[in-house]
Amino acid sequence: MSLLDALARMEAVACGRARPVATVRHRHLAEHPLVLVPLTTAGENGAPLGVMLGTEPSAPTILTVAQPRDRDLRFAFLGRLAEAVLPHLESCQDEVELVERKETDPESGKRVTVETELCTDAPQLLVPTGPGVDFVRLLGRSTRFRRTAEEDPESEHPAPPRLPLLGRWLSHYGERARVPGSSLLLSMTGLLTRHWATGQSQLEDQHLGALLAWLAPPEGATGAEAALRAELGRDGRGRLLVPPAGPATDPAFDNELLAPALTRYDRGVPGAEEEVHELVATQLRPTWEAMWEGAGMLRTLPEAEHVPDRWRRDRQSYTHHRDRLRAAEPPQPRKDDAVTAARKLAMREQRQAELEAQEALDDPLVMAVRRLAGEAFFAEVLEVEMAYSQGKRPSPRPLVTVHTQDAPLLTDGDKLHRRLPEGGQQRAELVEMAGPGELVLRLVNGMGRAKEPAPGTVPRKGDLVCWTLFEHAPRGGPGLPEPEETPWTHGGPPGERSAERPDPVTSEDVL
Amino acid sequence: MTTLVEQPGTAASPAQAAAAATEAILAAAVDGAHRGVVVNSPPGAGKSTLVVRAARELAAAGHPLMVIAQTNAQVDDLVDRLATADAELPVGRLHSSEPKPYDPALERHPSVRASATPADLAGLDVVVSTAAKWAWVGGEERWRHAIVDEAYQMRSDALLAVAGLFERALFVGDPGQLDPFSQVGAEQWAGQAHDPSASAVSTLLAHNPQLPRYRLPVSWRLPHSAAGLVSEAFYPYTPFRSGTGPGDRRLVFGAPEQGSPWDAVLDEAADAGWGLLELPAARTPRTDPEAVAAVARLVHRMLEREGRTHGERDGDGGGTALGPERIAVGTAHRDQAAAVRAALAEYAEAGSDGRAARVTVDTANRLQGREFDVTVVLHPLSGRPDATEFHLETGRLCVLASRHRHACVVVCRAGVAELLDDHPATEPVQLGPASWAPDGWEAHQAVLSHLAEHRVPLA
Repeated sequence: MSLLDALARMEAVACGRARPVATVRHRHLAEHPLVLVPLTTAGENGAPLGVMLGTEPSAPTILTVAQPRDRDLRFAFLGRLAEAVLPHLESCQDEVELVERKETDPESGKRVTVETELCTDAPQLLVPTGPGVDFVRLLGRSTRFRRTAEEDPESEHPAPPRLPLLGRWLSHYGERARVPGSSLLLSMTGLLTRHWATGQSQLEDQHLGALLAWLAPPEGATGAEAALRAELGRDGRGRLLVPPAGPATDPAFDNELLAPALTRYDRGVPGAEEEVHELVATQLRPTWEAMWEGAGMLRTLPEAEHVPDRWRRDRQSYTHHRDRLRAAEPPQPRKDDAVTAARKLAMREQRQAELEAQEALDDPLVMAVRRLAGEAFFAEVLEVEMAYSQGKRPSPRPLVTVHTQDAPLLTDGDKLHRRLPEGGQQRAELVEMAGPGELVLRLVNGMGRAKEPAPGTVPRKGDLVCWTLFEHAPRGGPGLPEPEETPWTHGGPPGERSAERPDPVTSEDVL
Repeated sequence: MTTLVEQPGTAASPAQAAAAATEAILAAAVDGAHRGVVVNSPPGAGKSTLVVRAARELAAAGHPLMVIAQTNAQVDDLVDRLATADAELPVGRLHSSEPKPYDPALERHPSVRASATPADLAGLDVVVSTAAKWAWVGGEERWRHAIVDEAYQMRSDALLAVAGLFERALFVGDPGQLDPFSQVGAEQWAGQAHDPSASAVSTLLAHNPQLPRYRLPVSWRLPHSAAGLVSEAFYPYTPFRSGTGPGDRRLVFGAPEQGSPWDAVLDEAADAGWGLLELPAARTPRTDPEAVAAVARLVHRMLEREGRTHGERDGDGGGTALGPERIAVGTAHRDQAAAVRAALAEYAEAGSDGRAARVTVDTANRLQGREFDVTVVLHPLSGRPDATEFHLETGRLCVLASRHRHACVVVCRAGVAELLDDHPATEPVQLGPASWAPDGWEAHQAVLSHLAEHRVPLA
């Protein structure tokens, strides 16, 4: 936890309300996100109990399973889920813009410019918590290899027609959620804790109800009191006033209300199915409302400057997946091969570095965190002395003496970066630490090609400039071999990639 | 868990045991039956010497080879050693196109050619560079041989990027040092053979379990007082011993002690090889001002007392003066190192000669592979309210506790043993990943209980 985060938490305790840790919204928030609140059966992770979903707060769809352990009912439920979710996931496929992209021509090996499609928007999925994101991934993993009756006519338990497709989409969204700064699939607790700090621990912040209690405590109550009530308060029938945001349910609810209702359903008592449906709905509704309340709070923050850049990558990711589906490629494999895993990790590390830099550039509060950590500093320009590089064509290399009251962790020769007023960035080297807080920097680029620096690219005496020790647009690493060229140290090339077999049916699959 | 190749003569003298191990390794590397050979080396066991020798023997046998190290400092050091060992050997230093890409000191070797373009170095017997630079080199021509140095610090994905450049390789590394890491989560691949965030050796051995593994059995750096503890606490699977016996190395201070705890802990460390200066228990910020001041004062006092070291390198005379360039301070975090540096600079300004400011102060990550006579360590868990995975990491403590030739003084708040008891490891256990390091919690307890015997409280 950074120093400012710790301070914000202490201030939250002192004043009884959550405190902001960001001044702008650092994640994309769609105008009409698909909110998905899933619940699962205790002790049986892959058996959904019900889900509430929709893009309008006033018009949720509620789907439930009357007996979650019954596999026929489960697949019927998943089939309905696919019909409810897929129209939304597929809604942005056809509105495209044409963009230019460089790629290597496979025949000549040259870099050529090609025009490709990029979807102008992408559907966003919001779930309540981190485990909700995991649950989306799990649903994807458990359904993308299923075979429909059309694909496998002999199957005793064919999957509903569109279910494998849902599995592939959810797998894609689940995998994309691992990329730092991506916004296709986000959890509400993750979104809220990115922008506000509460007076409770990070673990307690995973409870959406308690988190919202700190963000908007009711009249006359402190955040701590409201959070305690959200965690523990129960009504006359022993139900939690604020049920868990899932996918796990409250054990007391399971034991005392759900289990008897399921037993009545198993016995064939008339009306039991409706009873289960209504019970599960009571657990879903408060979270549904909390999701929209949280979304509303996030909308009060203006969008950060770099969010559209990152959202463009999400749109690219969405478009690529669409293209893979249209090309009838097999589902995503169970395990990544060595090259794919290394590529994913390299990409995510680059995105992480980029996200950290962009958040700091977009938000003075985040930059303050970096300044306190010695990774950035504000400095006043004391003096500018013109100098030139040696060589045939001397280029400007002005020496800038600055004074800072921050405490950057610097050593001679370190590279520094700043944003130019006109956009773009400039690099400098630390030449000398001249005195306490006094630094001499040499500007090394961003001044145009002429002998004299372009106007506005060299700071003037008295300017206050923010320098960072981190790059603003970190470069990617070197290329990796193609999977079919995997070296012997990594097990050699993987075998022919083909559609994976569906999970084998075991005795446990047939109750 | 490791099936090490049996080595002859482990009961012989340290020098004989080390020589026998080296011969066996060189034989396997030059014309063994396997594509890869893995060598585990404890701290200061002559890893660089082995790499230099292997490179020279391969070159002499007519096999040009590439050498892959992890940092530019390691590459410069290797090139310097190679050129010093054999002034005739044509060595290429492949470097980046950044400004000041390599140590200008290499230019004193006429046999070393430095370039940012691989084509300029074609035909040289040995070409050395970092894994990051090699990864940019196109793979039209393959090297028959390669040496991968610091292979345990190399990430699996870095090896993937360069492994296409060579046919067979000698992998040398220290399994006890800091594991490579990733800033982003890599749990989804944990336990898989090619987890890109694991060490290169893990992946290599997971895919090629038949490869022979050797170890260097003798640490020439660590004194007799340290080898036992470091071997037991950090290298339970690949034990080693010290090259020197008890009393072979001595540290003597010129100025007499004045009854202060600083002097007491320095004398204890000079005498026993270890010292623990214990501050009263407290929960502190990371840059604990009292602990930082204690470290600085200890270093200052050490210089003031004019120590001399006696050992196999110092001849029979009066020993060698313990100057600031032979002392290091190790910390867990960069801001701690910065705070210690600032405190030492104050001593240097107040004093006459400014020697305190010339002491090396750095984090464990940056002290890896370096060697000093005396080290002062700010304990990673000192003053902390919790024991996180970062602070418990075995490699971090191992690096800090194994940089010294004579003595190591640890500065720490009281109560770390209780802290450890309160924080058993809570990280989820991943199935499958192989580990060469013992549990960090256990290693910390072993070191602490040993240090307790050399404790001097600072009231």
